[in-house]
Amino acid sequence: MAAQPVLEVRRVTKHFGAVKALTEVDFLLERGEIHALCGENGAGKSTLMNIIAGVLQPNDGEVLVDGAPVKITSPATAQAFGIGLVHQEIALCPDATVAENMFMAATNRRRSPLMNYGALEREAQVVMNRLAPIDVRRKVAVLTISSQQLVEIAKALTLDCRVLILDEPTAALTEAEAQALFGIIRDLKAAGISIIYISHRMAEIFSLCDRVTVFRDGRHVVTEKIADVTPDDIVRRMVGREISQLYPPKQSPETRSDETILSVRELSDGDRIDTVSFDLRRGEILGLGGLIGSGRTEIAEAICGLRAKSKGEIALRGTPQHIANYRDAVDAGIVYLSEDRKGSGVFVDLSIAQNISVLDLKTLTGRLGLLNARAEADLARDFVRRLGVRMGGIDMPVSSLSGGNQQKVAIAKQLAVRPQVILMDEPTRGIDVGAKSEIHRLLRELAEAGIGIIVISSELPELLGLCDRVLVVREGAIAGELDDTEMSEEAVIRLASGVTPTDRTAIGRTENVA
Amino acid sequence: MAVDTMIVSERQAPAWKRIGAMREAGLIAIILALGIVMSFASPHFLTFGNLRAMLMSFSVEGIVVVGMTILLIVGGIDLAVGSVVCFAMVLAGSLFLTGVDPWTASLVGILASSLIGMIMGFFVTVVGLNHFITSLAGMVIVRGLCLVFTKGTPLSLFTLPASFKAVGQGTFHGVPYVILIFVAVVMLFDFLLRRATAFRKVFYTGSNEKAALYSGIKTKQVKFWVTVLCSTLAGVAGVIYMSRFGAATPTFGVGMELNIIAAAVIGGASLNGGSGTILGAILGIALLSVVTSSLILLDVSVYWQDMIKGCILLAAVSIDHLLHKRKAA
Ligand SMILES: Nc1ncnc2c1ncn2[C@@H]1O[C@H](COP(=O)(O)OP(=O)(O)OP(=O)(O)O)[C@@H](O)[C@H]1O
Ligand SMILES: [Mg+2]
Repeated sequence: MAAQPVLEVRRVTKHFGAVKALTEVDFLLERGEIHALCGENGAGKSTLMNIIAGVLQPNDGEVLVDGAPVKITSPATAQAFGIGLVHQEIALCPDATVAENMFMAATNRRRSPLMNYGALEREAQVVMNRLAPIDVRRKVAVLTISSQQLVEIAKALTLDCRVLILDEPTAALTEAEAQALFGIIRDLKAAGISIIYISHRMAEIFSLCDRVTVFRDGRHVVTEKIADVTPDDIVRRMVGREISQLYPPKQSPETRSDETILSVRELSDGDRIDTVSFDLRRGEILGLGGLIGSGRTEIAEAICGLRAKSKGEIALRGTPQHIANYRDAVDAGIVYLSEDRKGSGVFVDLSIAQNISVLDLKTLTGRLGLLNARAEADLARDFVRRLGVRMGGIDMPVSSLSGGNQQKVAIAKQLAVRPQVILMDEPTRGIDVGAKSEIHRLLRELAEAGIGIIVISSELPELLGLCDRVLVVREGAIAGELDDTEMSEEAVIRLASGVTPTDRTAIGRTENVA
Repeated sequence: MAVDTMIVSERQAPAWKRIGAMREAGLIAIILALGIVMSFASPHFLTFGNLRAMLMSFSVEGIVVVGMTILLIVGGIDLAVGSVVCFAMVLAGSLFLTGVDPWTASLVGILASSLIGMIMGFFVTVVGLNHFITSLAGMVIVRGLCLVFTKGTPLSLFTLPASFKAVGQGTFHGVPYVILIFVAVVMLFDFLLRRATAFRKVFYTGSNEKAALYSGIKTKQVKFWVTVLCSTLAGVAGVIYMSRFGAATPTFGVGMELNIIAAAVIGGASLNGGSGTILGAILGIALLSVVTSSLILLDVSVYWQDMIKGCILLAAVSIDHLLHKRKAA
């Protein structure tokens, strides 16, 4: 490693109003290293990256590139210094094609005033193919969230940067896509590019990174060589106390009930879902596994009336339900947490309180159709405390929250209606380890209290650790059911891909058939 | 740690409320500043008569601004309001001339305006066109209807009974009815927008339509009824104008929509939906009215008036924007 660090941050402070996001933070990135950045939701990770990439300006402190102090006043300046950032939130132009999105940043530096679309598409496809076989001529709007995330990453790869920052790049990716990304990151490192890698997943950090820095409450806690620490050390420093990363105990055979809460029979939509039938029993957490694009989200949407069904019956505690739209589902007590947090999960411009109350307007409405503001605030305060949302206040807009805390608000919104059945699509995406086990515990408590819970997760350990039973979906149909004794990563992957375990390589290719 | 954050929150919440209130405060300051300058520049500005005339002139438009603001919050826009104001006026006027009593005629005029809103709402929510293009077509078509009804000539309604004319011209203990109606409409909708559940759904829909849909809000219904509300309020304004002027001109209200939209936006409504307040919008229309009145009092040539007005608007909106760069990252 060269003596001169490629990037250095000295005593940087940043506040938003009264909220101190960063306090005198130091950070040092060596040339050619992969440097992990860890911290709880709201610890200030994204804020520091936004400062380095010129999106935000620090209140105090300095940034040095190759040892020389610089002022990074805009993302364009950052690019000129060779700094590229893959944002935590997906920010693509939905109506433009993948290729157009990928070269949006690079067009800045093109000499020619005219665009050569043919060349651009070919070039984009080459970069994209390294990550996943996504056709770059498709519109971004039609892609799944995971594919959109890959486009964000590909976009950064088109800039030839010396410092690449990845802010939770794998939060929305499948295992296979993540593996492809890790391959690229290692190649970049071999080419001498320095990488800052933010993630809440310890396994990734330990397999990929050279050093790790931990932030807590906007302060730098420690920087260590990965070889010198264990995941537990990192978590302890992030949280400032011991926490158990264990999943809550599952249902025991004695407490298992045969009472059915939700029953789905021969559900089809004539397109993506093919005669799906299953029962959700009282007290259990049912997992839906499968590849992205396998139809898990679509099944959940069809149950909730968010997708038209051509056939099929849904019954809640034995009573058939006529669910024509999502309102009917909410009224019946079935709610759905969307995987697309920013697009359909939260109202970023509205306050935290207004977000949490949205599903529960009926009970918050008093006489004359007026909203009870005090009850709304109480509701918000209650859930904000239970889920540990870090915020400036419940009147602050959701846009002022860190990514993980926005996710907590989206979850709070679902829980606030006291539903009978909750369908959650990637519920703990972007949530830190501590909060994640809090949420798992909360879900278990809800299940024990008699609420039916269905969890869709691409994170296999979560699926296996949390759920009592897993249904694996392949091409819109249930490919198999695994109870607690049969559950293993192997078994889920085998059912999900329809291949034998020795045929692993095929998995990557069946992804994104969406 | 959790305790710390809660403490921050207790201190922080009122600060934000104060900033929220400041937006209106900024507009009030601009209006007052202009008023002070004008009171020196023209001896006629700060007279009871002029103030009353200004208030009267923006009262009726203010009713339309209320509807427009709510429509902007839901993420829509209505370019047809000027035409609809005129249509309600012309339709009620024509009916009156055929012998219908003016109250019934007015009611029909207002209901017809609601119907126009429903038709536009249909095209927006069922056919799936956007508000801009739908209401642009609506603006032209409805204006055409006004001309067809009147064969292009103004209707003279001097035979309107005094009891009806009183709505637009009379006073109650010295306060014009027009102003009372205006204040009532403003207070009602300001209250509803802040407190009523139905109107909260307007904010949800405008802020993120998909998230609203995924929260069980029937966003199409919300958009439909807000479109109808905006047209209906334009109709109400139309019949009040008829009562006030005792005439119905088929070219009345041409260009009015721009004034109305400008007022709402000056008052903080976002053209992207999701934000806006009635109070702000009313201050916006008040500012426009003060500017217009000043230019007339200062005897500025009509040829220059529009240009100066435009520049002042731009300045006011810029100042306001710079003061409240909320989303400044
Ligand atoms: N625009 C803003 N206005 C007010 N507060 C903000 C704003 N942006 C960030 N914050 C606050 O700054 C703190 C740090 O946020 P940041 O996004 O850096 O967290 P993070 O470490 O990236 O968390 P996560 O793991 O959830 O992504 C949070 O408390 C957040 O609420
Ligand atoms: Mg972040």
